[in-house]
Amino acid sequence: MTDRDGTDHPAYDAIVVGGGHNGLVNAGYLAKAGLRTLVLEQRDVVGGAAVTEQPVPGFSFTTFSYALSLLRPEIVHELDLVRHGFLPLMMPSSFHPTGDGDYLLLGDDHGQNVQEIRRHCPHDADAYDRYHHDLDRVVQAVQPLFDNPPPDVFGTDPDDQADVAWLLGHLGGVDRAVMHDVVRLLTGSAADWLEDYFRHEAVKGFHASSSIIGSKVGPMSPGSGLVLLFHKMGQHDGHLGSWAFHKGGNGGFTQVLARAATAFGAEIRLGARVGSVLTRDGRALGVALEDGTEVHAPVVVSALDPRRTFLDLVDPRQLPSDLVDSVERIRFRGVSAKVNFALDGLPVFPALPPRPDGGGVEHFGGFLNIGPTIEYVERAFDASKYGWYSERPFIDAAVQSVVDPDMAPPGKHVMSCFVQYAPYELRGSDWESERERFGDTAQAVLESHFPGFGDLVLHRQVVTPVDIERVTGLTEGNIFAGELLAPQMYVFRPAPGWSRYRTPIDGYYQCGSGTHPGGCVIGSPGRLAGQRVLRDLAASR
Amino acid sequence: MPPGVSRCPLVVAGNRWWSRGPAPPTVARVIRTTPFHPRLAALDTQGLYTHWQGHLSALRYSAAPKHEYFAVRSSVGIFDTSPLSKYRVDGPDAERFLAGVLVRDIRGCRPGRAQYTLWCDDRGFVMEDGVVLRRSPTEFLLTTARPNLGRLTDLAGRLRVHIEDVSDGYGMLAVQGPRSRTVLAALAPEVAALPVFAHTSATVAGAPVTISRTGYTGDLGYEVTVAADRALDVLDAVLACGRDHGLRPFGEEALMVLRIEAGLPLLDVEWTNSRLAFTDDQRVTPTELGMGWMLRGVDDPTRPFVGRGAILRELATGASRWTTVGVVVDPAHWNRLHRDAGLLPPTHESPLPHESLLYDSPHREHQVGYVTSLVYSPVLQRHVGLARVSPDLASPGTGLHLELAVHHRTATVRAFTTTLPLFDPPRRTARHD
Repeated sequence: MTDRDGTDHPAYDAIVVGGGHNGLVNAGYLAKAGLRTLVLEQRDVVGGAAVTEQPVPGFSFTTFSYALSLLRPEIVHELDLVRHGFLPLMMPSSFHPTGDGDYLLLGDDHGQNVQEIRRHCPHDADAYDRYHHDLDRVVQAVQPLFDNPPPDVFGTDPDDQADVAWLLGHLGGVDRAVMHDVVRLLTGSAADWLEDYFRHEAVKGFHASSSIIGSKVGPMSPGSGLVLLFHKMGQHDGHLGSWAFHKGGNGGFTQVLARAATAFGAEIRLGARVGSVLTRDGRALGVALEDGTEVHAPVVVSALDPRRTFLDLVDPRQLPSDLVDSVERIRFRGVSAKVNFALDGLPVFPALPPRPDGGGVEHFGGFLNIGPTIEYVERAFDASKYGWYSERPFIDAAVQSVVDPDMAPPGKHVMSCFVQYAPYELRGSDWESERERFGDTAQAVLESHFPGFGDLVLHRQVVTPVDIERVTGLTEGNIFAGELLAPQMYVFRPAPGWSRYRTPIDGYYQCGSGTHPGGCVIGSPGRLAGQRVLRDLAASR
Repeated sequence: MPPGVSRCPLVVAGNRWWSRGPAPPTVARVIRTTPFHPRLAALDTQGLYTHWQGHLSALRYSAAPKHEYFAVRSSVGIFDTSPLSKYRVDGPDAERFLAGVLVRDIRGCRPGRAQYTLWCDDRGFVMEDGVVLRRSPTEFLLTTARPNLGRLTDLAGRLRVHIEDVSDGYGMLAVQGPRSRTVLAALAPEVAALPVFAHTSATVAGAPVTISRTGYTGDLGYEVTVAADRALDVLDAVLACGRDHGLRPFGEEALMVLRIEAGLPLLDVEWTNSRLAFTDDQRVTPTELGMGWMLRGVDDPTRPFVGRGAILRELATGASRWTTVGVVVDPAHWNRLHRDAGLLPPTHESPLPHESLLYDSPHREHQVGYVTSLVYSPVLQRHVGLARVSPDLASPGTGLHLELAVHHRTATVRAFTTTLPLFDPPRRTARHD
């Protein structure tokens, strides 16, 4: 927009590149503060990796991301999400076949869980109490870091110094045993951590399942402790580490975010793929869409992953070389795939047969962990080290329609299966050639636990790491927009010196899961980046 | 007391002289089971019960009562409300009788409709609440949480009205949640067009039933009343129809969260039956209970009812001591308060077991109200409660300070008044899906 004296007046105050959940959260905060905010999404649906789609009519698939836990409660309140339909349906149970026909079935009732553990191993029953106490203390110590930007320990700005002082003060207040546990988790393996509590292989296997999600680590690898901790950082309704299915799947959740952002005045444009960020003299001016359209705004926030934020949307030659080097070094290495099923009925676990009255399906209410022991999962990991997918993969499955019948036609079901390991790059083949055989591999594992499973399959969707990258733009199909490795966390996420949502280009910001404290559906990167933008704008006035 | 009935509960149960239910058990029990119990017990993985009006009432059916709660808010749940007392009131003067006993004007309730109502003592204090279904110009069914036959009979005087306790003759099944209409309409097409607070006769599984669009969850929902000896047939049909819709039985734990969200008061929690209270501080008037809306037409001189005079005086003088409101706890302050104390912020999905007090400032200078029920609401994502505050502080959004204990010391958390119900989805009253 140009007025009579030739001055440019951009139609927007801020443009958010990418309508994933962090982009939408960010847009919500900016719009709430009164900025005329535009979200540009390349696809015809918002949500990024958190979408619900119907490849078969009547069956709602969470194509990629499939559950909620880490979303920070502050966002729910500050963006008034309840008003727009926020409804996380907390999972009633976690089900873990132990590989010998038996199972672990854990739920909301701690006392019953202790007895279920005791059924397998009396020694582990009271260990279960200690384990949760110690882990909860670690979460309590680490959680404040999730609600604040990482301090710039390398900076000299007085603001930075105040944040550094806050961090040191906080860490100084942490009990020394808890601090030791923090370090054990951040640097060690999940297997070592679990060995310190449990004896039973299946009990350890159950707890190890969250230590490898989305990461190229096995439960015996150093670093898997960090992944385990990360997945315990969430909560629902005050229950630490608990998970929920959002009504309508995670796509239902991002639709809530879109409604909230729109209600605050943000505009969302679909089918608008951004080619580049426009800059002049080290300042962002707006964006150029791939179709050549230019949209101007003094603030541009990238919700894409750091590779795209720094190397695709802008010219890396505009950036400091150490930043470019750091971004080039970020490990993505996606190892996760999805195999989603439309089912004619509920699978049957022989030790828990369905009752004639339709009851007895409690074990299908939450995650189904197919990875009986640490050794099973570690062996599944082995293949990925050598460029191949697991012959007996780990599967985190969920029959969401049990909790949310709106996901499938009456009597039918949808089953989301998160499958590891499936390395982005295959040695000697490619994912197009291997797609169906990989789907068969996952299905065969399910068949071994749920005999007759194959007869229930009405439709199967195999989503490979290459599909994840192609559809969502996540580099190498890494679901966290950068692996959860210690050198890629907190003050180093996404790169040393650039963890506070700014970039070297004035007016250009980053808010994707590749920034602290992403990934997962957590929203904090979008929120903290929004606060950064608003503070900078206030300071410049 | 009728002949042959002892005051000793050991032999009263299951053997009341008016019972039309199944034959009395051979061994008298203190606590009985409802007509639905054999089937619901088979669905219950917990075996945890409380007792309600002398009947076993499941606290929860699974290890995750919240899942039962979500069934009601997201698909469909069933609750066994059979322990309610049920009274058939009929006769040429039945309308006149009820119009003189109940606070709401029953004359405006047409056959096929239902009313939620209260009854008061002659000082205008609330005794109890209940739901009346009007079946015909001269026949009504009144359901109550506690026995009321004695008082109702005492008030009948010379009116041509017959009051019969039919509590044991019927089972009542609440079918509640967004899919309740779909499930029940498949069994009884009459349900599809049934407006809120209406009822209809229908046949389910060959059994005559009454289906009312009523409930205690604040959601779309119905209650099915069926003769005790056909109760299992009806329940089986509902279970079969609900199987593909995620239907789950829900227990008292889930019900408590649901009814607080719905702003529905509970006798002996929100108030005390005036006749059984020791002091006026324990008593509330309809206005104080948040039921002032029931008083429409109270100044109509053609309808004297018990307590009317006192209620008119209260309205004329503005003598109400309290206003019932919803309260919402500030979630940020709640979290900070506990985190600063080194605790994980708790969420109470079970209502707090005691009354908590409301103040005008964090320093607790003046007590301005009290919270009768407080619970963490999963659909609202915060702690909410039912409260009574000074009328001058009742306007929505008024900031108050709720007393609680943190580390065994008194603390206060910020809270705000709001309107009731706290959760009121449009589907509750919508004509169609």
